[in-house]
Amino acid sequence: MRTMTRNDLMLLLGFAAVVLAMPIWLQPFGAAYPDLLQRFMIFGIFAVGFNILFGLTGYLSFGHAAFFGVGSYAAVWSFKLLSLDAIPAMIFAIVISGVFALIIGYLSLRRSGIYFSILTLAFAQMSYNLAYSVLTPITNGETGLQLTINDPRYLDRVFGDAMPGQPVPTLLGQSLGGFTGFYFCAAFLILTFFIAQRITGSPFGMMLKGIKSNQTRMNYTGVNTRPYTLAAFVISGMYAGLAGALMAVTDPLAGAERMQWTASGEVVLMTILGGAGTLVGPVLGAWIIKYFENIFSALNDSILARFWSFLPDGLDHTAVVVSGKFVGEGWFLTLGLVFVLIVVFLPGGVMEGVRRITTLVSPKSKPPASPESTSPQPQPAE
Amino acid sequence: MTQPNVVLHVADVHKRFGGLHALADIDLQVEEGQTHAIIGPNGAGKSTLLNVIIGKLAPTSGQVVFDGTVLTGRKPFQINQLGISRVFQTPEIFADLSVLHNVMIPALAKRDGAFKLNMLGSLEHESAVRAEAEHMLEDVGMLSSQKDRAGSLSRGDKRRMELAMCLIQHPRLLLLDEPTAGMSRHDTNTTIELLKKIKSRGMTKVIIEHDMHVVFSLADKISVLAQGRIIADGTPDQVRGNPKVQEAYLGGEVV
Repeated sequence: MRTMTRNDLMLLLGFAAVVLAMPIWLQPFGAAYPDLLQRFMIFGIFAVGFNILFGLTGYLSFGHAAFFGVGSYAAVWSFKLLSLDAIPAMIFAIVISGVFALIIGYLSLRRSGIYFSILTLAFAQMSYNLAYSVLTPITNGETGLQLTINDPRYLDRVFGDAMPGQPVPTLLGQSLGGFTGFYFCAAFLILTFFIAQRITGSPFGMMLKGIKSNQTRMNYTGVNTRPYTLAAFVISGMYAGLAGALMAVTDPLAGAERMQWTASGEVVLMTILGGAGTLVGPVLGAWIIKYFENIFSALNDSILARFWSFLPDGLDHTAVVVSGKFVGEGWFLTLGLVFVLIVVFLPGGVMEGVRRITTLVSPKSKPPASPESTSPQPQPAE
Repeated sequence: MTQPNVVLHVADVHKRFGGLHALADIDLQVEEGQTHAIIGPNGAGKSTLLNVIIGKLAPTSGQVVFDGTVLTGRKPFQINQLGISRVFQTPEIFADLSVLHNVMIPALAKRDGAFKLNMLGSLEHESAVRAEAEHMLEDVGMLSSQKDRAGSLSRGDKRRMELAMCLIQHPRLLLLDEPTAGMSRHDTNTTIELLKKIKSRGMTKVIIEHDMHVVFSLADKISVLAQGRIIADGTPDQVRGNPKVQEAYLGGEVV
């Protein structure tokens, strides 16, 4: 901490306050229930990690869901084989996804640009298909990997823990359901945010920014870019693995659909929507997408009919049919449209919008020195 | 006569691109501390020669030796770590980053080597590197724009900043590929002044240029390249009076 600048410290404290107070300030939005809050944290971590590779280093991976899925499977296996405690599961998941990222990164990073993206996509789809086919002994195929009462749990046995009736992940004997699970995930989000902040401000982070900006100059400056990009890839893979493990902690069932390319695409959308290359942006993007996914996919035709009932007969029916295409299963249509609008009109994402508004509101004060120094959240923390 | 200390030796280099013999039998010796200019008409192979020296292109045959180390077959970053920096015809800079960071990156690369997983340090606390970068920017007259985004600079300022990026590494050999190409007269003159200023620092320089004004005001020695061959070699005065050179420049490619 002592090597942090004042601005960084303020940002971290502000971020932590906003995150920890989420159960309070999300109440009016109807989003303050544990299940959704946990997802906010998990996908926040996923996006922060993804941003280290994409926003900082400039490599667009289309296969990061593979590491998310690997993290989930690894965590569930840790629950089955070692212990129901979450800590060994997290460590195990991070190590396994790190090794996985090392292999895929080593091969994919031989190319850059679109070829790199295609390679990562290919590896992720390969993992997804393997999980459904030859790897069924490990992944349990379509059923998904589940906890059972008969799991060996060798570590728990050694410490003589009583057999639980229904096996659920715990932390030092405490169940991780509900708000406990949220605060467990929130602690990790704040920790990973802090790590990302340190990486961004370190000489290593400076080198990553240089690689993003001009790889040719980097080579002629005496920098071997390959290990730098590989390190960034492995770190972001471990972030994804951690997020996947938290997903398994809050819901101990790992399925292969978490590795599908749509899941990889989602984290790309989150990062761009919030603002790639900024620290806070990807988290915001993850929250916004998960929040609206929650709202829009819950809507159905009868709710829409009530909403449009003020319209004259006939017209209200048309309104229901048209708007019905954008909700429920059609939520992805809305997401796609919003994404197009953001990329066309606000290429820097929400963070750029925040910056534009700040400069509009206070034309005299100079614009913030760095994108990271704007306030993390438009709403007050409390 | 004492043996001059040859820093860079391009030995019998040939380079073919398909049927084109871009470089033929190039033998070039650059002595320590000198400014060695390579001139020649368009298409003579100047840039190809520079790319062979810096490791961007592999020669078809022959080799390049820098201070006893064979450069041929090494990657650009390895060649840089041996003490060779390069200024490009079109400035290669980090356009998205600030001027100060542009100059700090090469300083960090010089200090930390080709790779260092320095994630726990903070750039804010690299005060020695920062001070060095600021000093270097002052040297090239750009300290006042250190916070500007590098991509927004004028062509002449980009060039000066690129020079600062090279000089902060204290290279033993500096390669300059048409450092005044595409510049206004004013920018050309300030760049020449800057190059003259750093000339006294004793680093060896190889400069590619077709602006004769630049060449004759800077070079200690000139090699003239035409159609992939060195046709003349010597001091500026020797080269100026050489009939072959005059033919290459004035008589055109009449064979």
